[in-house]
Amino acid sequence: MVTAAISPVTLVGSVRDPEIPALAIGDLGIVRSVEVEGDHVSVTLIPTYSGCPAMEAIRSDIAAALAEHGYECDITTAYTPAWTTDMITARGRQVLIETGIAPPTKFIEASCPQCGTPAPRVLSEFGSTACKALMVCSSCREPFDLFKEHR
Amino acid sequence: MKEAGLEPQTLFSEVLKHADDNLIIAHRLSEWVASTPDLETDIAIANIALDHLGVARALLAYAAELEGLGRNEDDLAMFRSEREFINLLLCELPNGDFAQTIARHFLFDGYQLGLWEFLSAHPDPILAGVAGKALMEARYHWRFSSSWVARLGDGTEESHRRMEAALGVVWRFADEMFEDQPGLRSGWDHLVYPVLADANLDRPPADDQRHGGRLGIHTESLGHLLAEMQSVARSHPGARW
Repeated sequence: MVTAAISPVTLVGSVRDPEIPALAIGDLGIVRSVEVEGDHVSVTLIPTYSGCPAMEAIRSDIAAALAEHGYECDITTAYTPAWTTDMITARGRQVLIETGIAPPTKFIEASCPQCGTPAPRVLSEFGSTACKALMVCSSCREPFDLFKEHR
Repeated sequence: MKEAGLEPQTLFSEVLKHADDNLIIAHRLSEWVASTPDLETDIAIANIALDHLGVARALLAYAAELEGLGRNEDDLAMFRSEREFINLLLCELPNGDFAQTIARHFLFDGYQLGLWEFLSAHPDPILAGVAGKALMEARYHWRFSSSWVARLGDGTEESHRRMEAALGVVWRFADEMFEDQPGLRSGWDHLVYPVLADANLDRPPADDQRHGGRLGIHTESLGHLLAEMQSVARSHPGARW
């Protein structure tokens, strides 16, 4: 039984990325479609990185969020067109900066999310999760994550 | 979904061989986790292994669907025997020292750059989609392996010696990558040879090339790898967690 007035589109889009909890998956740009028929919702997601372990958690969080409001769902994965970091919304990029993560850009165009200084050093192109690289600010010396550009 | 003219069996074999390449090299690379020279390298290697595993999972799931026999991605990964795997021999080679692992990935990453670009225009939309995604990741893999080749080859006397020896070990497995797609060879040559030149490394001899992986005829290493990779699934069939 559907119990609330919140639309399934909003429910799905508001699910958080477990690896960047401030970021909603709607802003991450991975929700391809949400189709509602009665109390059944069909969700199509596009994977970010091929091996991203967060996708499993995101699926179960979507199912739980919908179930809480009386919806059943099926979740499928689409591969074309492939997700790129250009699909992250402007709000998503802002959330990343506020979380201390530099939004996706080329390494040479990155700047420190703490002090804004350009031209950080690339410490490693592979960081704490599949989507991040590890940088060090050349001015404030703070290490920070950069959301890797994929396009 | 299928374009006319693509036989499901042909597409199944095509998808499965790329799935196997990625699954087997992912497992091999993951053996390094917690044993690499430094923390950044450890994280990089874990990430790269995860990328390959992710590609393998997407392709295995699709292969299982194409096969239509009720098997799933786990059945294909965990309940096939050595002779049923059709991965490239290169992918199953033991890690050896760090230089040998880097050499293996240098050859393979260069191959995958060309392969994914080629397959991203494949008439099958799912294979093309997975390839398009994998291409973005392969660029990172290539930068990692080729920069290590340059660093080791042009580094100390010992690192040069080891990098040279490592290339000698893996080079026999280069031709096999192009036996199905000879058109990808020249692009690979143009990627790989300049890096070797920059790293002061000679081109290894091209003789004594090994083949057989695509026919399920493997080196002695694959059986050992599978014994470990499949042990939990086979000891506890149907286990869920």
